[in-house]
Amino acid sequence: MCTYQTEHVDLQSSSAKGPTGWFAVTTASVYYDHPVHAPAEHAVNIDFLNPDLGPAARVAVELDPASARALAEALLVAVAASDAVSADA
Amino acid sequence: MTFDMKAETIAIAGAGGDELEAYLAQPLAEGRRGAVVLIHHMPGYDRSTNEIARRFAAEGYIALLPNLYSREAPHAAPDDAAATVRARGGVPDERLVGDVRGAVQHIQGLPNANGKVATIGHCSGGRQSFLAAVSLPLDAAVACYPGAVVTGPPPASGLSMPPLLDRAKDLQCPLLGLFGDDDKFPTPEDVATLDKELQAHGKVHEFYSYPGAGHAFFDVDRPAYRPEAAVDGYKKIAAFFARYLAS
Repeated sequence: MCTYQTEHVDLQSSSAKGPTGWFAVTTASVYYDHPVHAPAEHAVNIDFLNPDLGPAARVAVELDPASARALAEALLVAVAASDAVSADA
Repeated sequence: MTFDMKAETIAIAGAGGDELEAYLAQPLAEGRRGAVVLIHHMPGYDRSTNEIARRFAAEGYIALLPNLYSREAPHAAPDDAAATVRARGGVPDERLVGDVRGAVQHIQGLPNANGKVATIGHCSGGRQSFLAAVSLPLDAAVACYPGAVVTGPPPASGLSMPPLLDRAKDLQCPLLGLFGDDDKFPTPEDVATLDKELQAHGKVHEFYSYPGAGHAFFDVDRPAYRPEAAVDGYKKIAAFFARYLAS
């Protein structure tokens, strides 16, 4: 099925590296839908985008759900470390 | 069946007169032919959808596939274009209808067109094929596992895809619907609801749902591919087009 479920996240001071090098990314689309490349019927997909730079300014990942959950938890761990450092500063 | 064809990228006028990239495939043999407007799925104007256009040309039809993402992402890779349009909320329904109208008008200007035109689409394209069929004077329409016709997309999707059930009364041509029993979008209950609504309004339609098949069972590149359902589905489509697109 196509869930069409899509979350949009505004990104601040964030960058990604694509085929032509580093660029600022300003938004992320997160959705559970058919992947283009991952060997599964569905995947948790993330598009890091900068619409001002055109459609090719995109870094995409397609994750199986367990990997996506592990990534999400790792992100929260890293963010918690960031919070701790900020509190110490 | 003919494998001698001309297939090329052209420009057509879509909604608002906007120029759209489009792929036109047609048999080389002379004679007037019915035509199929192929509406690509959400992943975009991709290789697999272009292959479907050539399949219909091989079966003797003029096949025209507009790139619905031409405006936001001209000449972009299909997956980049799809990501761009998804981030912007999808293709607005009104624009889709205008784009299909433009495709039909382009076909009507071709010297080998017999005047009969059908639409076909899969998944979101199936919904849009239904949308075109309740909005435009077509001769036939095919919707393969159309999502969001009865229930609409999840509220959080951010996509502009309102339900279309209340438009069933406006269907202007015969409709062929192909579904998988294991699909969750649309569910068999959604299919039954649409079937009942079309019956209530006396609309000519044929619905088939395949056991052991789910969403995207036509997609040869995906694990969802179900050969038996896809082969029979293409037979149903061929018979439907032969009946309604003949001169």
